Amino acid sequence: MPLRLTAEDQQLLDGGSGPGAQMAMRIVVRLAEALEAEQLLTISGAHVDSCLYHGPSTLAFAERLLALGASVKVPTTLNVSSLDLLHPDLFTGDPKEAEQSRLLTECYKGLGGQPTWTCAPYQLDERPGFGQHVAWAESNAIIFANSVLGARTDRYGDFIDICASITGRAPAAGLHLQENRRARRVFDVSGLPSALLDSDWLFPVLGALVGATTGVQVPVVTGVPGGQPEHRLKSLGAAAASSGGIGMFHMVGSTPEAPTLSEALGGVDPLSTMQVSLTDLNQARASLSTATGLSLSSVCLGTPHYSLDEFAVLVPLLSGRQVHPSVNFLVSTGRGIYHELQLRGWLGTLEAAGVTVVVDTCTYLSPALTGGTGPAMTDSAKWAYYAPSNLGVEVTLASTAECVNSAINGVVTVDESLWANG
Amino acid sequence: MADFPHFLCPGQAEGLVLRLDEPLSLWGGLDATTGRIIDQHHPQVGMSISGTMLVMPSGRGSSSASAVLLEAIRCGTAPAAIIMEHPDAIVALGAIVAAELYDVALPVVVVSPQTLATYITGDSLSL
Repeated sequence: MPLRLTAEDQQLLDGGSGPGAQMAMRIVVRLAEALEAEQLLTISGAHVDSCLYHGPSTLAFAERLLALGASVKVPTTLNVSSLDLLHPDLFTGDPKEAEQSRLLTECYKGLGGQPTWTCAPYQLDERPGFGQHVAWAESNAIIFANSVLGARTDRYGDFIDICASITGRAPAAGLHLQENRRARRVFDVSGLPSALLDSDWLFPVLGALVGATTGVQVPVVTGVPGGQPEHRLKSLGAAAASSGGIGMFHMVGSTPEAPTLSEALGGVDPLSTMQVSLTDLNQARASLSTATGLSLSSVCLGTPHYSLDEFAVLVPLLSGRQVHPSVNFLVSTGRGIYHELQLRGWLGTLEAAGVTVVVDTCTYLSPALTGGTGPAMTDSAKWAYYAPSNLGVEVTLASTAECVNSAINGVVTVDESLWANG
Repeated sequence: MADFPHFLCPGQAEGLVLRLDEPLSLWGGLDATTGRIIDQHHPQVGMSISGTMLVMPSGRGSSSASAVLLEAIRCGTAPAAIIMEHPDAIVALGAIVAAELYDVALPVVVVSPQTLATYITGDSLSL
């Protein structure tokens, strides 16, 4: 069935709300046709990934929208930039590129986006509620919104995020529709040791395995105790959305659309069920740990942006200790959380230990931010997945405590006991 | 899904097939200035996708893949066409915006798994 537009949609498409909104609507309609949507739906918010600079074309796109008089119609948050806008001196790369990146952030502010500069918009006070339709881009934010909040967004990429925001409309397709939200592949982890099931450290590794194994279908994890905290769900989702193309997962007893396995599956038999073994997980872990030696140049945490709950774990681990002078220890977070760190006195503790807290950006975007190309450690499977390509560094994926201990010792120090049989 | 092939973004193209064994996230996986695959986890790392009829099962990973495809189109390093088994909005958007901004038509096409399986690296293909 062809796409049906409302009178208001047609008015936007015909230019009745100005050429900027018309250009945005043209792109929304083209995507809707590509996805074979039958109609558009109204969104209550947007999260824009397009403000991250990838070259002159991305700036040209934003400048075109701005020049044509476009502005956002719904509350719109902005994703990370290429720069730490509060601490510009941390960026030591090409000044011309920094200037282009800054111009791009100005464009998106000019279009009406809120200067939140975070890849974890779900950590902000205002976040979408269950069943609300939004247009979120940034793979980890998409999977969190769908899976953990029960809000509805498709896997949006750059450009459509801002166009949906300008028009207030998005294609009624993909994960906006109930039938596409049911789980198709089951990952049963009930056979894993209980100590591992009870560890933060399981979740990024499991996410990497689920993403690489699932492809594009919605997976469901069963066998983990119910009521898992958000930081674990965030870590799993970010990893799965990096190693795979998925925009949603369920975890029985922990995510809102999966009170039971049967409900997550929508009463339909799954395409496959995988009994996850320690061997599977160790393979996933090994694939993300490319470093072979013990030397360590940087520790990078906070991809996606560290939450207050995660800082509550990290700060005591570093309190009264000192990062080895040869190690660059960076934690990325949003400026909202950074402000809270200041208020609580946690920032002082971290800085006294030799940690740099980076805001507005992410440390895998530029070697300048990590302090070089030497071996790195991280507790984020997403960082581990992208850093070897983006930065040319070797990576060891490890638990938060192992990252801290290694930073203090100045060499990679890991504990394999959790991952050993028996 | 309607009849195959389904054009996510219309256009005509011809060239030699490059078939990827796994999906590729263009962001983090492609250097737009050279057209080379840089994803160290990808089986075809190091190969150039410029001018090819790029065949892969689906998209992967980052939302910024749209921007990287647009930038590759601007740099002249993009594939001639992208052919997938699963529709991917993120990949399609790079081509949709290139049509809007630069008046370039890079076809992004979804075909059946059976058809996708017949595409062999090095074969000539026109759309």
